[in-house]
Amino acid sequence: MDVTLRVWRQQGPEARGDFETIPVPDVSEHMSFLEMLDIVNERLTLSGEEPVAFDSDCREGICGMCGLVINGHPHGPQDGTATCQLHMRKFKDGDTIVVEPWRAKAFPIIKDLVVDRSPFDRIVEAGGYITVRTGSSPDANLIPIPKPAAEASMDAAACIGCGACVAACPNGAAQLFTAAKVAHLNLLPQGQPERWTRVEAMVTEMEKYFGSCTNYGECEAACPKSISIDFIAMMNLDFFKAKLKNRKRTGQAAQ
Amino acid sequence: MINLDAKIPDGPIEQKWTDYRFHTKLVNPANKRKYKIIIVGSGLAGASAAASLGELGYNVEVFTYHDTPRRAHSIAAQGGINATKNYPNDGDSVFRLFYDTVKGGDYRSREANVYRLAEVSSEIIDQCTAQGVPFAREYGGLLANRSFGGALVSRTFYARGQTGQQLLLGAYQAMANQIHAGKVKLHTRMEMLDLVVQDGNAVGIVTRNLLNGEIEAHSAHAVVLATGGYGNVYYLSTNAMACNATAIWRAHRRGAAFANPCFVQIHPTCIPQSEEFQSKLTLMSESLRNDGRIWVPKDPNEDRPPNEIPEEDRDYYLERRYPSFGNLVPRDVASRNAKNMIDEGRGVGPLKNGVYLDFADPISRLGRGTIEERYGNLFEMYERITDENPYEVPMRIYPAAHYTMGGLWVDYELQSTIPGLFVIGEANFSDHGANRLGASALMQGLADGYFVLPYTIGNYLAPLLGTEPADTRGEAFVEVRRQVRDRLHHLLSVDGSRTASWFNKELGKILVDKVGMERSEEGLLEALQAIRNLRAEFHADVKVLGTNESFNQALANAGRVWDFLELAELMTLDALDRRESCGGHFRMESQTPEGEALRQDDEYSYVSAWDFKRIGHEIEEELHKEPLEFEYVALSQRSYK
Repeated sequence: MDVTLRVWRQQGPEARGDFETIPVPDVSEHMSFLEMLDIVNERLTLSGEEPVAFDSDCREGICGMCGLVINGHPHGPQDGTATCQLHMRKFKDGDTIVVEPWRAKAFPIIKDLVVDRSPFDRIVEAGGYITVRTGSSPDANLIPIPKPAAEASMDAAACIGCGACVAACPNGAAQLFTAAKVAHLNLLPQGQPERWTRVEAMVTEMEKYFGSCTNYGECEAACPKSISIDFIAMMNLDFFKAKLKNRKRTGQAAQ
Repeated sequence: MINLDAKIPDGPIEQKWTDYRFHTKLVNPANKRKYKIIIVGSGLAGASAAASLGELGYNVEVFTYHDTPRRAHSIAAQGGINATKNYPNDGDSVFRLFYDTVKGGDYRSREANVYRLAEVSSEIIDQCTAQGVPFAREYGGLLANRSFGGALVSRTFYARGQTGQQLLLGAYQAMANQIHAGKVKLHTRMEMLDLVVQDGNAVGIVTRNLLNGEIEAHSAHAVVLATGGYGNVYYLSTNAMACNATAIWRAHRRGAAFANPCFVQIHPTCIPQSEEFQSKLTLMSESLRNDGRIWVPKDPNEDRPPNEIPEEDRDYYLERRYPSFGNLVPRDVASRNAKNMIDEGRGVGPLKNGVYLDFADPISRLGRGTIEERYGNLFEMYERITDENPYEVPMRIYPAAHYTMGGLWVDYELQSTIPGLFVIGEANFSDHGANRLGASALMQGLADGYFVLPYTIGNYLAPLLGTEPADTRGEAFVEVRRQVRDRLHHLLSVDGSRTASWFNKELGKILVDKVGMERSEEGLLEALQAIRNLRAEFHADVKVLGTNESFNQALANAGRVWDFLELAELMTLDALDRRESCGGHFRMESQTPEGEALRQDDEYSYVSAWDFKRIGHEIEEELHKEPLEFEYVALSQRSYK
């Protein structure tokens, strides 16, 4: 099949970017979208033009490294699918395909289709963990965890940190990512001792970089792991409670 | 002259680790903050080591070429992690896991290391659970187990089909905690391009900032490599796109012995290549073989669709040849048999490059619902990639390079032949011998990072108290930086006519064909020539555009391919030297009358450790041998009949 790409090209973070039209004749419908881009880059290189920079790594939909806005949709037209698992058979011969990087203020462009998503790490560093020193843990079966709790925690923990939720959000908010990280730990008994400090610290950190949530729900639709926005409601409730609980604790502590 | 003293403690095997920990030198808690440790790589091994060392009080600097530690390829592990908890009450024990691992590795691993691995496995599960890893649970709320990869006990813990992801998030979060505490400093998008050795000790690394090409020097009291395996030397593998051998290869060139480079695991259940352009192969969990039946048509000219081929025209070759293990034979055996079928012309699919993995039987026996519950996500992934519905049409599978048992040589303390350079996880060679068992890679990565390195590194660091890390303005650093710059300059100045990935692809073809599932003297000699010629062509004809001082993915990749082209030659030399078959290394010249791998214990019961000398058109390496002694496990011919 033959397609035409309109790809965002931008030399560097400060440079001015623009769309470049690249005809891509003779590609197979069995190719993945990124393999098609590999071919584009191979052809560009051999004709002396710099290849299009884009991120990808595992190409199995689990590492979260890849992420392109394809025809306006983060990760493209297929639901519950990361860019690397999207195949050309989802497009038609003769299509023009618009390819852009994640567009969000918190994710500045590094080059072409590559963005800087490091604010996600800052959110996790603020409190997205359970403090347990290596070697100090009790036997794993000491605390039984009801299967539904473990399953719900796993639903949230499936987040791959790709950033599609932010790219899809008209506000550039990171509520779905943060909520998934909070819920993964706050739903488990092991996560209870730090539950209230965790949610407050993570939300506060998030707000330094990202916009506010106004319940569009675009994030859930774009999420390659179909993570539910119910987790956002849980996070909001926990955050609200934390404001009271953390204050009460502060009052009692000798600070 | 390299020193291959493995430093295995004396005493009975079950006492060795305990005794070691008692006799090892300790660093006073108040003094730990006076040390700096560099860790390269942030996967399971690197992140768990960083977290644990940070908690102890050391100053840790972590380097990853990814944008965040969460991308490390540990994340893609599906099946699970082994541990000797014996929760199912089915007779597991430390000794049994130890025994299975040594046997599964076809008796080419070191007993003391493997025993320690089995010993700490249980603690890993405790640690991960406490961190909030959402392992699968029974309805009573306790942890669930499954049997995996043909093991006769259920010792595998799992988190859906995403065990690696969840364990990595656990280790990453523990490391994030230490970043928050200021004990770990994280450098992202920084690639290690060389090791700095001064007065015989590893004192630092030279990195390239992938964002702007800056070449930087970093020094520390010790350097830890946790940079994974080199499966991408085959180009098509189950590894992620960026997985590479540069860190360990450059360390090898600086004096770290490389052990058993020819030991590579080819995993039997991957989706076959569909066309020439393919960038990687996708693994599907081995658990599929618990229910699926593997077959090919009896007639090489068969052209009916699979569902119309009657039972009598099908060859369930694994069930036929191995009645007791059937479809559950170990990975190396399953892979080689699939290759034989395809070589006989009985492959299936448009390119005749796969074998069928058929679920029609279990679906009619157990119902579609049960199969969906067990493998739903895998079936969905298969359909996404191939556009075929595996509930209706049998899957097609083919083996692909998956895991490298070989790696830098390390002693019992996980220290390489360069003092001060430690190697953990897949990057070292230590625990899996010639073949790795399923669900053991995650176990080893975390064992090394959480429970082994934090003790053993102290033994090296203690005498260094009061010393400062080396001066990065010193001669050793300046010289290594100059060499790194020269290499980058060379890549940019060739201006040939082929991309680096083209060379990687060609290299892969040579290796798959001649240094893959079956190896012969003749083929290996041909491979040596072909690799040398390809490397010469690379240096004369590679094309890398752009500059060093920018975000240049092609340049980063070209450097990695360069190192693959050198490593491939060493793999071939090693395969030539080992004129026996063992585990994943199958020499045509050494097989039983039934065509199974035949070890030659009298001659080859050793670890081959290669010492780099020089490289021109040919690579020059000196082979050293660490003899393997088996006191606790009786050597036997593996049989899965």
